[in-house]
Amino acid sequence: MTTALNGEQIARKINKASPGAVVAADKAAVVVTGESLFKVAKFLKNTPALDFNYLADLAAVDYTDYFEVVYHLVSLAHNHSLVLKTRCYDHDKPVVPSLTTLWRSADFMEREAYDLMGIVFDGHPNLKRLLLWEGFVGHPLRRDYL
Amino acid sequence: MEVDKYHIPPPNELDVAEGLRINSLMAASRNPIPDPDSWIDEEIQRNVLVTSVDYVVDWARSRSLFPLMFGLACCAFEMIGMATSRFDISRFGMDIFRWSPRQADLMIVAGTLTWKMAPAVKLVYEQMAEPKWVIAMGQCCISGGPFRESYSVVPGINRIIPVDVYVPGCPPRPEGLIYGITKLHQKIVKESISKA
Repeated sequence: MTTALNGEQIARKINKASPGAVVAADKAAVVVTGESLFKVAKFLKNTPALDFNYLADLAAVDYTDYFEVVYHLVSLAHNHSLVLKTRCYDHDKPVVPSLTTLWRSADFMEREAYDLMGIVFDGHPNLKRLLLWEGFVGHPLRRDYL
Repeated sequence: MEVDKYHIPPPNELDVAEGLRINSLMAASRNPIPDPDSWIDEEIQRNVLVTSVDYVVDWARSRSLFPLMFGLACCAFEMIGMATSRFDISRFGMDIFRWSPRQADLMIVAGTLTWKMAPAVKLVYEQMAEPKWVIAMGQCCISGGPFRESYSVVPGINRIIPVDVYVPGCPPRPEGLIYGITKLHQKIVKESISKA
């Protein structure tokens, strides 16, 4: 069974490496700022004690006030996992840095999040619609889509 | 012995007339009348039936439908179940599901049709050779079902291609689909090549 790491402990480590990155943290998840997301992700991947070499899932949530992008990270070597989150408050054009350079599995999942939720992943090599067809108007999983 | 003892009355007029009719028919019937098909070779005589073209064509078409292997969603499993030995559509002359639309004449559209899939369905339908029939299977296919208001689902396959038989259900049981196929048979039997 994969051990879910305590978010508060990881948040302390992240704060040591890059101060001011963590917005909020509880046992379940760590929330970081959008600007520091790439740096934090790189830290989580490359630190030998954490070694998150596998991005299991990427999800986007519409909380009406802001969008939240959720990353499920897994370390296959240590068999532990972590939930990393980031928030973006710009409703018209939410931008989050792309993590495709760190985890190749982010490619399709970021395209899906862009397709259905309209979150722009800055630095993605091929950010186009994944499930819906080219020319579809709107992003259907948003709360205000009808 | 006296001949007069046996008095023979003179012949009745009616009897005479009858006798003449019989004798004349007998004289005219010395030779047998030839059979209407006697000019045909004896081997062929036993193998000729006379009927209308419509009847034969419809009989053949309705009893040898070639369905297209074509499943879009969960309804496809009921369609596959119908083809297996338990429900056995071989009884209706539909042994083989064809993989190529060019070899099929019945399209069972089983499942939810999305707008992204719709051009492919239309293309497959157009590739099928005439005569061709379509069965819309399941609520999603008939009207969009629970996904009718969705952004991605076609609200009814009749917006894309014409439909012959609708089989409702979510999904319909194999028996339901077989009932739909027998309904299609009844429809095919009514068709006429003069109208086509």
